[in-house]
Amino acid sequence: MVTRAAPSRLTARERARRAARGGASRSVPAPLLVPAVIAVGFLVLPLAGLLIRAPWGSLGAALSGSDATQALTLSLWTASASTAISLVIGMPLAWVLARSSFPGQRLLRALVTLPLVLPPVVGGVALLLAFGRTGFIGRYLDSWFGLTIPFTPIAVVMAETFVAMPFLIITVEGALRSADQGFEEAAATLGAKRMTVFRRITVPMVAPSLGAGAVLCWARALGEFGATVTFAGSFPGQTETMPIAVYYALENDPDAAIALSLVLLLVSIVVLVSLREHWLRGGSAP
Amino acid sequence: MTHEGGGGLIVDAEVRRGDFMLAVKLAAAPGQVLGVLGPNGAGKSTLLSAAAGLTPVTAGHITLAGQVMDDADTGTFVEASGRPVGFVFQNYRLFPHLTVAENVAFSPRARGQGKRAARSAASYWLDRLRLTDLADRKPGQLSGGQAQRVALARALAGQPALLLLDEPLSALDAGTRLDVQAELKRHLADFTGPCLLVTHDPLEALVLADQLIVLEGGRIVQEGTPAHIARQPATDYVAKLVGLNLYAGHADGSHVALTGGGAFVIPDQGQHGDVLVAVRPSAIVVSSQRPQSSSARNTWQARIAGLTLLADRVRLDLDGQPPVLADVTPAAVAELSLDSGSQVWLTVKATDLEVYTYAERQPA
Repeated sequence: MVTRAAPSRLTARERARRAARGGASRSVPAPLLVPAVIAVGFLVLPLAGLLIRAPWGSLGAALSGSDATQALTLSLWTASASTAISLVIGMPLAWVLARSSFPGQRLLRALVTLPLVLPPVVGGVALLLAFGRTGFIGRYLDSWFGLTIPFTPIAVVMAETFVAMPFLIITVEGALRSADQGFEEAAATLGAKRMTVFRRITVPMVAPSLGAGAVLCWARALGEFGATVTFAGSFPGQTETMPIAVYYALENDPDAAIALSLVLLLVSIVVLVSLREHWLRGGSAP
Repeated sequence: MTHEGGGGLIVDAEVRRGDFMLAVKLAAAPGQVLGVLGPNGAGKSTLLSAAAGLTPVTAGHITLAGQVMDDADTGTFVEASGRPVGFVFQNYRLFPHLTVAENVAFSPRARGQGKRAARSAASYWLDRLRLTDLADRKPGQLSGGQAQRVALARALAGQPALLLLDEPLSALDAGTRLDVQAELKRHLADFTGPCLLVTHDPLEALVLADQLIVLEGGRIVQEGTPAHIARQPATDYVAKLVGLNLYAGHADGSHVALTGGGAFVIPDQGQHGDVLVAVRPSAIVVSSQRPQSSSARNTWQARIAGLTLLADRVRLDLDGQPPVLADVTPAAVAELSLDSGSQVWLTVKATDLEVYTYAERQPA
């Protein structure tokens, strides 16, 4: 038996709309619509709650508290420093992964991207075991140079770099792979040595992706919590970054926690918008 | 072909890439434009890559102006960046983030000149190629013909001893092509070194090249002047390109038995042995009935397999012994009511047959 659908009513307006679109019905079946609405609510409502509960009147006061300012300042400069470090050492690594071939390359790529999926706390523990006072590297730093890394701002930068650099590496590596190598060949025939090609052709050609990777890296570094709190602790003014400050403020000063969260939310929105611009342009040079 | 060690290019090499192998032996003298004609996949681009140093040869050697660039036996290899070569790529590959002036100044700069010297070298070439007004534009803002001139200026600004052109006109639309081609010919005439010009367009090869080699399946199948190759093609590929019917056969005095079936009567010049016979499509006379009295010595019957309207004539694709392409006027098509499937009689005068011997070049 073939069941035929009963004819339904189609208003003139709906007819015009569908005709203009040139497509069939776009109505969403209920079994898909309901879970989709629940998902939207789940993602949006908590953020709305943050906006509703925000102490808009005393926002300035909550943020100008010395702890909040210190945390904000620390977060901004450590995230920027780890982004700068990631650019300086991550971009060359991305090039090596994309452009050269050597045994163990796949393994290296897997290792480099591991921090993307590794729980940050584990990263913090690993950093502590390596660079801690008794760590297998930290022990020599301590005895030879008197250098102690854990629980200092340097540890914050290291923890953030450890977690955030892979974002830059995979973004740039992808761009390098898809970039037209014909331009680099052309540069070589014009007499440019490999380093000149890298500097004058490769880097400018992947600049948009380099920018996107840096923004992603910076955003990830700014939000870093687990690895930082494990490896650097939470000393106000020294190692207490924004996320850590939010976490502790929630116990004794909820208004400050909300205010700090709002700042982080605002930063995230700015990051999203800037990346959207990049993705809309297709990520290629004009 | 002249073999000059002086400023010339000598390639006697093999390049193996997977299953494909390019094996060529050629020489280009200073000031000579050597055209490399061949179908896609014949190895034309591989030849340019090897000459530029983008691909090392797997056997043999490449010498430019008396200096060894690449020698598989001794292991000598000059990197692409170290070769005095100017390369105009098929799609030009102008650096999109640099201005026209910066593109042209790139090579002098990369070859070690100071910023000011590089800029003045660039402005000289911009001026010579009438690009001064476009100096501050980005490649994305150029027309095809302008981009082609920028690519040429960029290649020449490095003062190369060898110029490589890969399908230099293929990215242009038909309208600008002839102008750009005429201008390119003038600039090539000014260039004092040897020039390799790769193309699959026979007209481009005929107009721009002094000497031609035909590359098929990684081997040189014919070489000579453009006029010679156009008149006496050695392979079907070239015959098609220049619009000739080509037959292989065995000559015995005035009679040629064709390898694919059929026969021709030719002027008896005492030819014996394997020959090629070339016939222009316009030399074939098409009639609807068997011609009664004619001075033409060759008459045979054929069936029309297809008709194609060309600019001012109709090309008939004819099945017969031998099969042939024939050109007739649109009026003749109407008068004789020619259509697919029609039986017709074909005649051609013996004197319209170009008969020549051709010894296939054995790979070295």
